[in-house]
Amino acid sequence: MSNFGLYEERIRDFKWSIAEKELEYSNGNILNIGWYCSDRICLKGKAEKIALYYEGFGGIKKTFTFNDIRIAGNTIGSFLRNLGIKDEDRVCLFMDRIPELYLSFLGVLKIGAIVQPLFSAFGEESLFVRLENAQTRAIITQSRHLSKVRMIRDRLPHLEFIIVVDHVVTKKLENKEIAFSLSDSPPVGNLEIFPTKAESPSVLHYTSGTTGQPKGVKHVHYSLISQYLTTKWVLDLQENDIYWCTADPGWVTGTSYGIIGPWSLGITQCVLDAGFSAHAWYRFIDDYQITVWYSAPTAIRSLMKAGDEVVAQYNLKSIRHLASVGEPLNSEAVLWSIKMFDKPFHDTFWQTETGCIMITNFPGMKVKPGSMGKTFPGITGTLLDPVTYEPIKETGKVGLIAFQPGWPSMMRSYWNNEEKYREKFKNGWYLSGDRSSIDAEGYFWFIGRDDDVINTGGHLVSPFEVESALLEHPAVAESAVVAKPDEINMEVVKAFITLKPGFNANPDLELEIMNFIRKKLSPLAMPQAVEFMDKLPKTRSGKIMRRLLHAKEWGEEIGDISTLEND
Amino acid sequence: MEDIKELVRSYIVKEYLEEDEEITFDTPLISSGYVDSFSMVSLLVFLENKFKIKIPPSKATPEAFDSVNKIVELVNQYINK
Repeated sequence: MSNFGLYEERIRDFKWSIAEKELEYSNGNILNIGWYCSDRICLKGKAEKIALYYEGFGGIKKTFTFNDIRIAGNTIGSFLRNLGIKDEDRVCLFMDRIPELYLSFLGVLKIGAIVQPLFSAFGEESLFVRLENAQTRAIITQSRHLSKVRMIRDRLPHLEFIIVVDHVVTKKLENKEIAFSLSDSPPVGNLEIFPTKAESPSVLHYTSGTTGQPKGVKHVHYSLISQYLTTKWVLDLQENDIYWCTADPGWVTGTSYGIIGPWSLGITQCVLDAGFSAHAWYRFIDDYQITVWYSAPTAIRSLMKAGDEVVAQYNLKSIRHLASVGEPLNSEAVLWSIKMFDKPFHDTFWQTETGCIMITNFPGMKVKPGSMGKTFPGITGTLLDPVTYEPIKETGKVGLIAFQPGWPSMMRSYWNNEEKYREKFKNGWYLSGDRSSIDAEGYFWFIGRDDDVINTGGHLVSPFEVESALLEHPAVAESAVVAKPDEINMEVVKAFITLKPGFNANPDLELEIMNFIRKKLSPLAMPQAVEFMDKLPKTRSGKIMRRLLHAKEWGEEIGDISTLEND
Repeated sequence: MEDIKELVRSYIVKEYLEEDEEITFDTPLISSGYVDSFSMVSLLVFLENKFKIKIPPSKATPEAFDSVNKIVELVNQYINK
């Protein structure tokens, strides 16, 4: 029997206070996610239960009990507090998926500071704009990422501490850098937890939009209520489960469902810090007898490409529930998982801004392959007309996915960007920026984005950010960036470029430009195709008509071109 | 053969590894995380440009790119074809 039960019953009786009651939280109490994910689980008698099985490259294995993660969080929190880090200071976590990343998350929250997790593959420019925007006071990182931090630290006056978790004494530390070794630090058994309340800020995740720099999505400790209950009901985590969320905590899935959800429920989870390979992933499931697996369509399609015969080489019978997030889950992937694992991947739809799963195929509910499923109880979702922003009444008509504000993990603001935050609401609805239809049974069917943001492998990339970075390359005169269809990643970045006088289009220059963006921004933002053009299509007022290039890539009608500049 | 191996190895070290990191011809590249699946595309473009070859997408798999030795084995299948 699933935790969720019957949809109709859950909808009828739903109140968020169900989660508050289970978490023994009352309005006005202290609410600290770091404490709930570790100390409280220990107080419930699970101190010696395994919280984390970690496996890194080269076969490095580590195991942590809930008491271990409680003490580690205390130790890191104490270290930060001794440095002078106080409540609401921003502390960036810039690490690969090593244990210190997960444990620092708890430590930062325990002292009331705000966690700013950033994807460790970000290049220096991506890192800079996010640290500058957040006025980050400390960054916790590894030696292998230190060179990127060193390139930008002098441009960040608010950055006071660069904490290196794996420093070796043979190397020299520079300005602002401090070595911190968790294993060499005296363990802190008891730490005074900062008395954060429901509305105290907790996590600051950055997300990309069509225009402007990335926005810092501010969440609060009360997000726990949604994250706890959606983990329990949608991912169906139960006492004896061994859970694997493949997302990196640099992105919201990796924190909401890779840390907060499972640990607040006292569930054992696994982390594999290694690159993707079908054999490595199946072997990992086999070795740890993983029961619940939360992954992404890109990964699923890569596994499909690796071939069915690879699946047969491993014992994957432990799997009892599968879920997916990040981009639309195509029906072929659902049917493939039924064939290979005898159960479907359950699609989940949500965003950095929503903080928790909003629409999903629930355990036990009829899965319609290709559909996003239905709204979570307590979430009022609809489709809005793109012109009037009024709810659409007709079944099957495409509209903008929108939600009635007020669920516990809804973002509270964009950091230092109130104007952008207000733009996310129309007629009292939160606009997701995605389009879909709803069928007669209330299932949502994803259509696409309502803007130019590129969803590649489940990660959003801003065309503006890539175009701006391209202009810094000495050969580039103008650029336009659009999504290009891709079999595995759904979309990838494609750049259209005009060159400055004296530069000639050639394959080596194409590679140079790709690598330039990869290092400056990230591998996700790297154009996987570059097309050199004599001129870019523009309106008569000189604005680049990105939509024409997009239509060309997708084989779509180009629509109205009355404003196109003539030769 | 050795020249090609060293060429590929030094390119990977220069482009994808962080300061002070080193690899051998057998070091796992993709499964270790040194080269991610997105960056693999730029490595493919490098190989195609450098050796004037075309590697079909179906052959450019994470497994085929998982070490310098494996990459050179793949490249050799298309050189002089």
